[in-house]
Amino acid sequence: MSEVAIVGFGCSGFKPITPELSYKELMFETAVKAYEDAGINPRKDVDVFITCAEDYLEGFSIFDEFVPDQLGAVLRHLFTVSGDGMLGLATAYMLIRTGHFDTIVLEAHSKASDILTYIDIVAFGLDPVYNRPLGGHPYYIAGMEMNRYLHDTCTTTEQCAQVVVKNKRNGILNPYAAYGANVTLDQVLCSETCFYPLKKLEISTPADGCIVMVLASEKIAESLSDKPIWVKGVGWCTETPSLETREWTKAVYTRMAAEMAYKQAKINNPWMEIDFAEIHDQFAYKELQHMEALKLCDYGEAGKLLEDGLTNLNGEFPVNPSGGLLGMGYGLEASGTQKLLEVVLQLRGEAGRRQIPNAEVGLAHTWRGIPTATGVVAVLSNVKR
Amino acid sequence: MSEKIKRYLGEEVKAEEIKEGKIPIEKFKPKAKYAWSAGIAISKFLEELKKGRIIASTCNKCGRIMVPPRIYCELCFKPTDGWTYVKDTGTINTFSASYLAADATRLKEPIIVAIIDLDGASEGMGIIHKIGEVEDWKQLKIGMKVEAVWKPPEEREGAITDIKYFKPVKEAATL
Repeated sequence: MSEVAIVGFGCSGFKPITPELSYKELMFETAVKAYEDAGINPRKDVDVFITCAEDYLEGFSIFDEFVPDQLGAVLRHLFTVSGDGMLGLATAYMLIRTGHFDTIVLEAHSKASDILTYIDIVAFGLDPVYNRPLGGHPYYIAGMEMNRYLHDTCTTTEQCAQVVVKNKRNGILNPYAAYGANVTLDQVLCSETCFYPLKKLEISTPADGCIVMVLASEKIAESLSDKPIWVKGVGWCTETPSLETREWTKAVYTRMAAEMAYKQAKINNPWMEIDFAEIHDQFAYKELQHMEALKLCDYGEAGKLLEDGLTNLNGEFPVNPSGGLLGMGYGLEASGTQKLLEVVLQLRGEAGRRQIPNAEVGLAHTWRGIPTATGVVAVLSNVKR
Repeated sequence: MSEKIKRYLGEEVKAEEIKEGKIPIEKFKPKAKYAWSAGIAISKFLEELKKGRIIASTCNKCGRIMVPPRIYCELCFKPTDGWTYVKDTGTINTFSASYLAADATRLKEPIIVAIIDLDGASEGMGIIHKIGEVEDWKQLKIGMKVEAVWKPPEEREGAITDIKYFKPVKEAATL
């Protein structure tokens, strides 16, 4: 079966607002960059276009019908995955592995600033009978999860707050990051409690942006790029939507997704065999919880690793060198591609001032946010074999 | 039901229970509000409508004059090269008479909707709008010439409805 590589990318944003461009124009701008990077003509060279979008976040029904023009996909072969960009990566990976497709374009974006009732849209994802009538801001789910996670693992609120300090600091070094900042532990801990025990600064702020990636089969990847980044494995998993019965401590969806990806990538000891990770951190504690689910350490140990500086940019195993979603901004369904983008930049050696020396294998992880229990994991490398 | 599942727990639902509304249902009205950034192309189009003009964008590679305008040529996949005005007259490409309103209630007088290829734009490009000032819509024909009827300037707000509708061109009848 063919190996699969990312051979080009484009990114616009991420920014708090983008009133100057329509979502179509934002996608066009980004696609142009990606096609230039990969040296392809989208009108001739692309077998399949995959966009990732959720109708309710866009405000259009059947949003997939609105995307061909700005991607160069008119009268070409296109479909939309209603989910995170990394579910699109998984789809692209499978298509290329069939041997029937050589070049695939993957797109995901966020026009969060166009949504006037974002919280209501999130709440619309709750069960209409059991949960929605209770009212309240749906992020209380993150508060409940954090509470149980802290209770079960002895992770401290200080350790969770330290995630914010680290990620926002990394974000300063990332030109694609909307919210890089130097914040202190005290500032995070003293920010108002929004969803006990979750603090205001521990919640990532939505941002606008777009990412387009070009994927290619083994047959043509090396002719398109000097630095193809090989997808070594992809896994995904969804737990039950039922808040009443799901597991609240261990992010089991991520554990199962990771096991699927690691099996394909032949990873036995992730901490030793992977050099860095981009992990979904929409809420600060999620970085720690997901690290454990990703088998980077035992349950309850992530906080300590962070506290000891091992996941800092210059640490033994950097986590979220991009600044994460706390630093970059929460890109809705583009979150997964934000993660992929940083892994690609690091593995190409193009991460500028936040470059991790000699990085060879990187991990990208995403979660579909509140109230989902869906995760996707990918292992990538700049070494083919 | 199947080989393996003969019945569920619970009671069978009877037709009259459905009629009498005795079957539990959950109602919910989503609060979904958006404010889309119009962006470069649509903003320009709407600003010009307010001035009583229809603007197109042009591609020097394929030579098309495109309405509604866009900042990229979707066929050549490159940025467009300029702006130009097209006429507010055109030809009916296709039309229909809608006897149902948006809520599916029956209308006494149908709404006539047409695709209008605008004069000055490339073939097959133009605007979708309503047709007005026709006594009997059955006299409408594909290929018929039509012209825009604008709202008075003070009532325009930069919207597609700044054009009230298109009406058949009278002079065609006298020729």
